[in-house]
Amino acid sequence: MKLNILMFGITKDIIGQSKLAFELPDRSTVPDLIASLKAKYPALKDLSSMMIAVNNEYGQKDQTLQESDEVALIPPVSGG
Amino acid sequence: MSDIHFSKEELERYSRHLIIPEFNIEGQRKLKAAKVLIVGTGGLGAPLLSYLVAAGVGTVGIVDFDVVDDSNLQRQILFTVDDVGRPKVEAAAERLRRQNPHVQIITYNTQLTSDNALDIIKDYDVVADGTDNFPTRYLVNDACVLLNKVNVYASIFRFEGQLSVFNYTDKEGKVSPNYRDLFPEPPPPGLVPSCAEGGVIGVLPGILGSLQANEVIKVISGVGEPLAGKLFLFDALTFETRTLKIYRDPANPLNGEHPTQTALIDYEMFCGIPGSEDEKQQVKELSVQDLYALIENKKDFQLIDVREPYEYEIANLGGELIPLNQIEEAVDKIASNKQVVVHCRSGVRSGKAIEKLEKKYGFTNLYNLKGGILAWADEIDHSVPKY
Repeated sequence: MKLNILMFGITKDIIGQSKLAFELPDRSTVPDLIASLKAKYPALKDLSSMMIAVNNEYGQKDQTLQESDEVALIPPVSGG
Repeated sequence: MSDIHFSKEELERYSRHLIIPEFNIEGQRKLKAAKVLIVGTGGLGAPLLSYLVAAGVGTVGIVDFDVVDDSNLQRQILFTVDDVGRPKVEAAAERLRRQNPHVQIITYNTQLTSDNALDIIKDYDVVADGTDNFPTRYLVNDACVLLNKVNVYASIFRFEGQLSVFNYTDKEGKVSPNYRDLFPEPPPPGLVPSCAEGGVIGVLPGILGSLQANEVIKVISGVGEPLAGKLFLFDALTFETRTLKIYRDPANPLNGEHPTQTALIDYEMFCGIPGSEDEKQQVKELSVQDLYALIENKKDFQLIDVREPYEYEIANLGGELIPLNQIEEAVDKIASNKQVVVHCRSGVRSGKAIEKLEKKYGFTNLYNLKGGILAWADEIDHSVPKY
């Protein structure tokens, strides 16, 4: 299935773009997606804290993903 | 609230609030009775303070330990060139008292720490977090949860902003998520740049800080629905806005199902920021004075600049430009048979470059220029612009 990944903050720098179409096997979960992204972009492994929002909602960490889900990677930012 | 009275001058000043049907004099009374603490007098603090003081919040506290710097003026619109070098809280308070003499301004010219945070925050009803670093963000969050205060949070990076109302108790007694529910752990030090390291477009804190001020006013007056249980994201580049639903984390150490933290902790340590110099000393370093001596004595060495071309254009020391993210492709351009000095703006990126080159390619002849081109501008050549 195809997922639409949106990057925020420093993940834009790490992945090199702000939007990404990402292919994963059907019935993959949020942790599966993160593991695949970390394998492809190893610098993501350093980001210990990152919000993952699926279709504008941040909730269950082990959620199962569906075709064309929009997944936002939101790391903390500290500027003021 | 009926014991809160307004003078004729105040009624005239606040008339645009008083004639809003759902706000009216009741909303204004609540503002006047309220005490709000603003932590950080920077880009977010400027609009926050300006609008809250203009709006007539009765007591406004300001915490900051810094002095006004030239590089603040691009976005911190509370300050003028005459304020450069002055303590921020002092310059801000002076201007704010002129803006609205009916507001009591209390200043704390100090860094908020685990030792003083509870003592300072306990006297306020609402806190607005406009700080610029992770340790203080966790400190403000934890202190607000421990003291049961609302924390109106905003944070910015380059063109992006985040906003939420943390630890807000609604009419049913439900408490909204806090920072720890979103980000249980801080990122490792150096990974997420601050405004000083990563830059920020000047108007962005103006936008986010204004939204933050609006949320503070809503929380105090009870008018409207505060951004509790939601995280607002704004991208100024694309004008994309998102409002995400957020939830409490049962594992939150402060107020989850099994709280383990009942007091403030050492936030510098929590965020992995080394307390002493020796923990940082992983790569060999060279001072700007040593570099100056190498140049003066015409020593044979290589100088490498790992910044970006647009930074090189602002100021350079004549080094060979190899941006950090291209360092591995250019590894054959780096000498292994003589001393190599690597520099960047402040010494962080060049340290990372050296770490990588030492670990992966076995270099032993690399020296990090301590303090980078900023230290060179301070100590060797004042004509080099600092940015």
